[in-house]
Amino acid sequence: MSITIALAGNPNCGKTTLFNEITGARQHVGNWPGVTVEKKDGVYKKDKNVVILDLPGTYSLSPYSAEEIIARDCIVKERPDAVINIVDGTNIERNLYLTLQVIETRIPTVVAMNMMDEVESRGDKIDCARLSKILGVPVVPIVARNGRGLDDLMKAAISVANTKQKPNQLDVFDKGLSDTIHAVADVLGNADNEENQWKAIKLVENDEIIAATVPDSKKPAVDALVQAANKNAGGDAEAQIADYRYQYISKLVKECVKKSLKGGQEITSDKLDKILTNRILALPIFAVIMYILFACTFSENFLFIPGLPSPGQWLAGVVETVWGIFQEAVVGLAEGIGASEWAVGLVSSCLDGIGAVAGFLPLVLVLFLLMSFLEDSGYMARVAFVMDRIFRHFGLSGRSFIPMLMGFGCSVPALMASRTLESDKDRKITMMITPFMSCGAKLPIYLMFATTLFVDSNQTLVVFSIYMLGIVVAIIGALLLNKFAFKAETSNFIMELPQYRIPTLKSVLIHAWEKVKGFAVKAGTVIFASTVLIWFLSSFNLSGMCDMEESFLASFGNAIKWIFAPLGWADWRASVGVVTGWIAKENIVATFGQLFGGVSDEAVEAIMAGEEALPAISEVFTKVTAYSYMAFNLLCMPCFAAVGAIKREMGSWKWTLRAIAFQMCTAYVVALLINIVGNLIF
Amino acid sequence: MTLREMKPGQQGKVTSVGSAGAMKRRIMDMGVTPGVEIKVIKVAPLGDPIEVNVRGYELSLRKDEAAQIEVQVS
Repeated sequence: MSITIALAGNPNCGKTTLFNEITGARQHVGNWPGVTVEKKDGVYKKDKNVVILDLPGTYSLSPYSAEEIIARDCIVKERPDAVINIVDGTNIERNLYLTLQVIETRIPTVVAMNMMDEVESRGDKIDCARLSKILGVPVVPIVARNGRGLDDLMKAAISVANTKQKPNQLDVFDKGLSDTIHAVADVLGNADNEENQWKAIKLVENDEIIAATVPDSKKPAVDALVQAANKNAGGDAEAQIADYRYQYISKLVKECVKKSLKGGQEITSDKLDKILTNRILALPIFAVIMYILFACTFSENFLFIPGLPSPGQWLAGVVETVWGIFQEAVVGLAEGIGASEWAVGLVSSCLDGIGAVAGFLPLVLVLFLLMSFLEDSGYMARVAFVMDRIFRHFGLSGRSFIPMLMGFGCSVPALMASRTLESDKDRKITMMITPFMSCGAKLPIYLMFATTLFVDSNQTLVVFSIYMLGIVVAIIGALLLNKFAFKAETSNFIMELPQYRIPTLKSVLIHAWEKVKGFAVKAGTVIFASTVLIWFLSSFNLSGMCDMEESFLASFGNAIKWIFAPLGWADWRASVGVVTGWIAKENIVATFGQLFGGVSDEAVEAIMAGEEALPAISEVFTKVTAYSYMAFNLLCMPCFAAVGAIKREMGSWKWTLRAIAFQMCTAYVVALLINIVGNLIF
Repeated sequence: MTLREMKPGQQGKVTSVGSAGAMKRRIMDMGVTPGVEIKVIKVAPLGDPIEVNVRGYELSLRKDEAAQIEVQVS
């Protein structure tokens, strides 16, 4: 018979490390339904019958964040056979706050007292046996980073799961409050039932989610008791309960923890922090770290050496070259055996589809090696600390800075980086606006228009203004989404600044690998399918294979071009460009090259680099409408790879489609304004 | 005095934690409850948020949030 063990703990307590150690990194990563919160499960590497479920890191089981609601729903509703509560021994007071709440559920629990090596090296002592006796749960000292104590931990967890050993009922509250809780549980049904007891505590805490589950017949009685409790607590029973829990913990810590006398001494982490968030040095250091992050992933002139690609670009180049050779060989082979033109085209487009996915993997890999390092080392929290002042004005967290910065390189890894944000709301908004940052693939479009239509103007200013437009629209978009789409949620910035720690190589590698795998598998299908679909539409019509000018896509372009009339470019070729741009934005240039006069591949390369103009496009575009077209393609749905990344991170089609709808509407409105205002001025 | 008005290096005892609601609960969940010792460590480079030490760990919060926390400076 299989048993399920859930891992619960604060953020930064070593929960992910523990999870990786006990599952051996063979794990399944997905999303909890409807939210951008990561769901991970795996099996115990020494016993395949033990399923390990990683709950989101939380400080409490209160109902105020997606993470907290998921963690408590999982514990209370799905009732795992046991909960392993990981406690950071170096930060025991605050960590035990969650422990008390886990114990309140009366589910068989084991406390894993983590980071015991650090506790010992500080000269502190934790009396695990005594703590275990008071709480009525096994307390196992461990060091998750090196695996110390994990066998004992798992033995204890499996044992409490099998014997259904319940934690003690603790005397946390005073008599009056306990009596009220008991009375509320009594109204709910049997007061000895653990679920009723837990619900009763939550009801006295004014928990609205639990209050909504109380049947109407019992509501008046419950409300009366809760109101009385609130009155006794000076209007706020919730705060009183939190206070009682911490008072209880203070007593517990006094009894079970011996702090060494050198407690006042500064540890290395504090010294490091004095430099990294120093009033004067913090911003320059931050800029350098962000530069390294960006340059290692995207730079074409790494370390300022012209032509030297960054590790990310170099790897991407290698993958592209190898894939190109392979693709050429396969297509050559297909032609050699006399396959028909459409079969060769199909094979080639399928390989394109896979290549489109593979080409992004190196960027994702390199960025996430660095991101996991920043996250695990504790610096990511400081990024938020340093940038909060700026980003709060847009209703976002300081951590949104990283996805938005990376967006200038490529939206795909940038969108995936939004996972490091603290709240579900921030993650969603950041994902919706990150594609507005003009990525590298959009630059060739601007260059084509700049060299063709803006010869007599300041071309640099034209291109630069498009980049600025993206930033401004992103900020306005964030403000609007905050005000209208997510208005119920207030943002706060009450955040732990964890100690700096040197990340283990293993955990950095596992995290980067998870990201690469997640993108390849979950985003890959979206990218592959849409690439092949667009190939089909652009090379077929009802009578079979044809040139793009006569394809379904051309008919489609003709059919929809009126939509774009208000934007100033009601031309089927322009509409087709928008669609082929979804495969990859730079495709717009190749499409235009083909549709406006059939220029050669070399010429397309030159146009992309801004070295050559494409005069034929001035038949359709004026300066104003060209600007409107550039703005539309900057802001509209990003390429399929980025959509795949949004789907992977949002974890739901509903939110993916909402994001796309938001981007399409934004693009339309902005391009419309540009066309109207532009024609008034020029 | 509120936590917002305290200077880096100053410490004191929390006497009350602001108005009710999600924010108050969150502050209390993080261990800032009446009676606890709290010390201001530093202010962020751009002047906000601030970093405090409470219950043996570092917590950061915005000045607006700190303004709701009353402290008896020692």
